[in-house]
Amino acid sequence: MVVDDSANTVGYEVTHMINDQFPSNVAYSLKDVAFSYSKGKRAESEAVLKELSCLILSGRVLGILGPNGSGKSTLLKLLARILQPQQGTIDILGESLSGLSQLDVAKRVAIVPQETLQVFPFTIAEMVLMGRSPHHQGWGGWHWEDSQDWAVTQNAMEELDVAHLGNRLVTEVSGGERQRAVIARALVQEPQILLLDEPTAFLDLHHQLDIARIIKRLNRERGLTVILVSHDLNLASQYCDQVLILNHGRLAAMGSPQTVITPEVIEAVYGCSVLVDRHPQSGLPRVSLPV
Amino acid sequence: MASVSSRTLTRSRWWTWVSLAWVLAVVAFVGCLGFGTQSIPYSRIITVVMESVFGPFTEQGLGDPTSVILLQVRMPRVLLAFFVGGSLAMVGVALQALLRNPLADPFVIGISSGAALGAAIALLFGLGISVGGISALPVCAFAGALMSLMIMYRISSAQYGFSVYTLLLAGVVLNAIFSAFIMFLTSIADPNRAFGMYAWLMGTLTGPDWATLGMLLVYLGVGLLILGMHAQSLNLLTLGEETARSLGVDVERVKKSVFLAAALLTGAAVSFSGIIGFVGLIIPHAVRLVVSADHRLLLPVAGLVGGMFLMIADSVARTALSPSEFPVGVITALVGGPIFLWLLTTRQTQLGMK
Repeated sequence: MVVDDSANTVGYEVTHMINDQFPSNVAYSLKDVAFSYSKGKRAESEAVLKELSCLILSGRVLGILGPNGSGKSTLLKLLARILQPQQGTIDILGESLSGLSQLDVAKRVAIVPQETLQVFPFTIAEMVLMGRSPHHQGWGGWHWEDSQDWAVTQNAMEELDVAHLGNRLVTEVSGGERQRAVIARALVQEPQILLLDEPTAFLDLHHQLDIARIIKRLNRERGLTVILVSHDLNLASQYCDQVLILNHGRLAAMGSPQTVITPEVIEAVYGCSVLVDRHPQSGLPRVSLPV
Repeated sequence: MASVSSRTLTRSRWWTWVSLAWVLAVVAFVGCLGFGTQSIPYSRIITVVMESVFGPFTEQGLGDPTSVILLQVRMPRVLLAFFVGGSLAMVGVALQALLRNPLADPFVIGISSGAALGAAIALLFGLGISVGGISALPVCAFAGALMSLMIMYRISSAQYGFSVYTLLLAGVVLNAIFSAFIMFLTSIADPNRAFGMYAWLMGTLTGPDWATLGMLLVYLGVGLLILGMHAQSLNLLTLGEETARSLGVDVERVKKSVFLAAALLTGAAVSFSGIIGFVGLIIPHAVRLVVSADHRLLLPVAGLVGGMFLMIADSVARTALSPSEFPVGVITALVGGPIFLWLLTTRQTQLGMK
């Protein structure tokens, strides 16, 4: 695999630097992580992620890019401990991810899935309020919401501009409104880390911009660590501080958009040549398809 | 402060709905006691009900024929209908949340026929008699229900992100297989036993004694406790297993507990009343529309409404063609079947079928 070396090394270097001490500005530390959906003999040959080591800094926005089937969403699920790696270790904020209870993980990390389907008539407010459940440890999960839950929920719904939709059904609102409500649900978990799986995939241009700006604002104002999976190279370039590119389940490149989003890296990973110039406003890399 | 939404659940809203449902259930209970070949004035019914609860306070007491009819014949039967209807409705609620499928019902997806097969085996081999105080019948029915739930779950989780279709088709086929086994068993049984089995399979609520009711209540109590405890987890599971896990739910443990409770309730209901279909489908749907989709409220209210529904349906079944009776399963199927078809055709987009 041909990969730009200067971009590739960033993650590894830091890993080797801090093998013994866990610095406070690291959100995740991954060491030799491997994952496969298959079991037994086929596990190795069908592995979705292989030998993945990297450091993810806190307080930043990280974009995970890569071709279809490169393991992006799987990586995100490993970070939320929806899935557990068969090999390697993942540390979150200085603790072993596998050593935490599911409830403790939910207080640190919130994930916004690619699509939210709901077949039952829950309202937007009910759905957002469900994000508070990690903060209750009832008998088998039974609990009543308290005044703090209501206050946090009200705040998040206003911040995401869905407060007026509280009584509407999840199934009734538009895709953009539903996505904002799901981000509000993630916020009421009061996590330190927010994971988003293709947050703009099903949205029109206006709503894409809307969500991208919200993500940036949450990162700045709340100091939230944001990790998002995207197919949109330009969105990643404009809104992410760091970019991680996966290819066939391996780390292909990691670094700032300027160092990673180059014609060479993209050709090596996606197998097609593209034009990369500068964005007229930000000066960051802008990818265009050739004619 | 609670301006987020007027429709989210609060303690006071919970108590209002649950109390209202209880009041209606008690009214329906007394109302159903009045149905029967012999007409008994409601003033007398209320007195007898009060006396049976608080002890005799009239000169007449509880020794007269009217009281005996009420206490030994009608009341156990109406209560049985209430318990069975309530369990089936709550099992429907739980299965729908777990499988994220509003069409899941213990009858439709083959859980009831699994329980019936277990019960039929018990009946055929004469295990209906109690062994050491515990009747083998509900235990076998429970085992049958658990078996078919496990088959159903394996089928539906075999492919990643299973569809509504898979589940319904698998249910139809499971029903066919279990029915074939049951038919085989009835055909080799001696005619007297076979006739009893036929009557029971059609879904009848004939005369339990108070001891049987008490035992049923134990099964129900355990099942309800487990389901109630997991009400909030069921809410989160409607968002999908992965999202539920990311919100701190121990998905595997919750699934196991809920399946166990569902098998317990279905097994108990089927062993006492045969196969009564669609209660677990219509009632949760109606209650969600009117009351709430929140399982903390949906479970108890659906249980009470399901109980009321079956009490009333059974009262119709035993008096409409008086003096003869027909199985209550006929009524629930005639009401529930068309509603199921209507849901299937009108809610395709919502069910993710398109």
